[in-house]
Amino acid sequence: MVTVSSLTGARAGFDTARIRADFPILAGTSRGVPLVYLDSAASAQKPAVVIDAMSRFYRADYANIHRGVYDLSERSTRAWDEARARVARFIGAPSPEGVVFVRGTTEAINLVASSFVRPRLGDGGTVLVTEMEHHGNIVPWQLAGARTVPVPVTDSGELDLAAAGRLLATRPLLFAVTHVSNVLGTINPIAELCEMAHRHGVPVLVDGAQAVPHQPVTVGELECDFYCFSGHKLFGPTGIGVLWSREDHLAAMPPYQGGGDMIDEVRFDRTTFAPPPRRFEAGTPDIAGAVGLRAAIDWLEAQDRAAIHRHEAELRDHAMAVLAATPGARAIGSAPEKAAVIAFTMERAHPHDIASLLDADGICVRAGHHCAQPLHRRFGVEATARASFAAYNTHAEIDALAAGLAKVRKVFG
Amino acid sequence: MASLAELYQSVIVEHDRNPRNFRVLEAASHRAEGRNPLCGDEVAVELRVDDAGRIADIGFQGRGCAISRASASMMTTALKGKTVAEARELFDRFHSMLTAGAEQPDIGKLEVFRGVAQYPMRVKCATLPWHAMKDALANEK
Repeated sequence: MVTVSSLTGARAGFDTARIRADFPILAGTSRGVPLVYLDSAASAQKPAVVIDAMSRFYRADYANIHRGVYDLSERSTRAWDEARARVARFIGAPSPEGVVFVRGTTEAINLVASSFVRPRLGDGGTVLVTEMEHHGNIVPWQLAGARTVPVPVTDSGELDLAAAGRLLATRPLLFAVTHVSNVLGTINPIAELCEMAHRHGVPVLVDGAQAVPHQPVTVGELECDFYCFSGHKLFGPTGIGVLWSREDHLAAMPPYQGGGDMIDEVRFDRTTFAPPPRRFEAGTPDIAGAVGLRAAIDWLEAQDRAAIHRHEAELRDHAMAVLAATPGARAIGSAPEKAAVIAFTMERAHPHDIASLLDADGICVRAGHHCAQPLHRRFGVEATARASFAAYNTHAEIDALAAGLAKVRKVFG
Repeated sequence: MASLAELYQSVIVEHDRNPRNFRVLEAASHRAEGRNPLCGDEVAVELRVDDAGRIADIGFQGRGCAISRASASMMTTALKGKTVAEARELFDRFHSMLTAGAEQPDIGKLEVFRGVAQYPMRVKCATLPWHAMKDALANEK
């Protein structure tokens, strides 16, 4: 345990207290003790500026968009359009026209499955995925009628790039890959994978849900075809997310859902559709969600992101050291490029029991398969416990985790 | 509020480590499986019911957390020798203790699971083997 305590010493340069002050929930309690929130990979907490922006919007500027000619509807429409432009700048998209608002990463992938993959299927076809995908990047392709073939994952939790090359040479309809694994924390070499795929003429969809909150992403540099993420993991609200797509793909894709706002002209014998992105946004969308997402992006980009990145790397190293010093504990995934997401097991203690015992001390970790059953099977386990970190987490919280794990050992010893 | 110490009483940990009747039955007359899709835990319960409607033998297999394994283990010891009707009645009492916090004065050793009622996310773990047992009784082989 010497290594652990030495790691908790003075760390200059990052003011977690200032960040934490922005998040009202972090001052609260759980089970009567101070909250230790180590589940940001499931969903991040929200800064007050996000909550306030949505509240202000509902109080002062809300009406439906693209419908009224009156002032309030114009203000609401402007807020919606500005949110789209803000998202485009955030991910370095060439224009807002490639940004489709959806409910979240899952809906973004279902949209591409329905409007991009399904029309190309013919008598069957394959979507290349990876063993580390979330169910949300496996099941939509299967529902669309495609066969899912996985790129294998190595023992350290990295993609087998040689195998990826061989599988891409079989020319699947699409390569759907996560930017950052929600279990292993592995940061995949997306630019390299896109280059490999494009050499074989294979388009690439990137699940960026775990990446955008923690590292700057520029879709133009990655050269992917589709990039998706959720607002709620990005310190924004639930119910809003983004599909960014190359605009030539969007222009050629049929609508996803039918309804109001996605049409050009409706007749009983023939309906024509609006151009993208509106073609893919049927019905009244989550307008306040987009306002909240914009506020979350504003909040994040006002921080020193490089400092947050270093801080999260230190939290990861600290937590990995805690696990290394805990007899019987084993982290799954040790890629050199690893985000602050750590799934682990403990001898004789089931992940649900670990999570329940930690919960008694106000520590929130996730337990289960984290919507990645094939990956758990690959590593020979049914379930893991998972601690994940964000800018607002502290080294004292990892000390609390260490003390909690010691209690687990005592019970299940 | 029941403390975690209460939830993880030594008897639960002891049954997790040394589960009773954790085996395949020779000549089972009834069998069913239960699965918790949340965590992937699964349990298979087998029973041999004799001509008089009595549970002559009962066993379980599978994998799960301490709560579900201990619950399965203690369920098997509680049910051996009981009639099918008594087993169903005990299911109802165990279930209502966990889901409605109902007092169950004669529930015996199963009382150790009362604390689970305070943790709604874990009630499914404790009731999973009981549901499998009930399904098995409805499921003659």
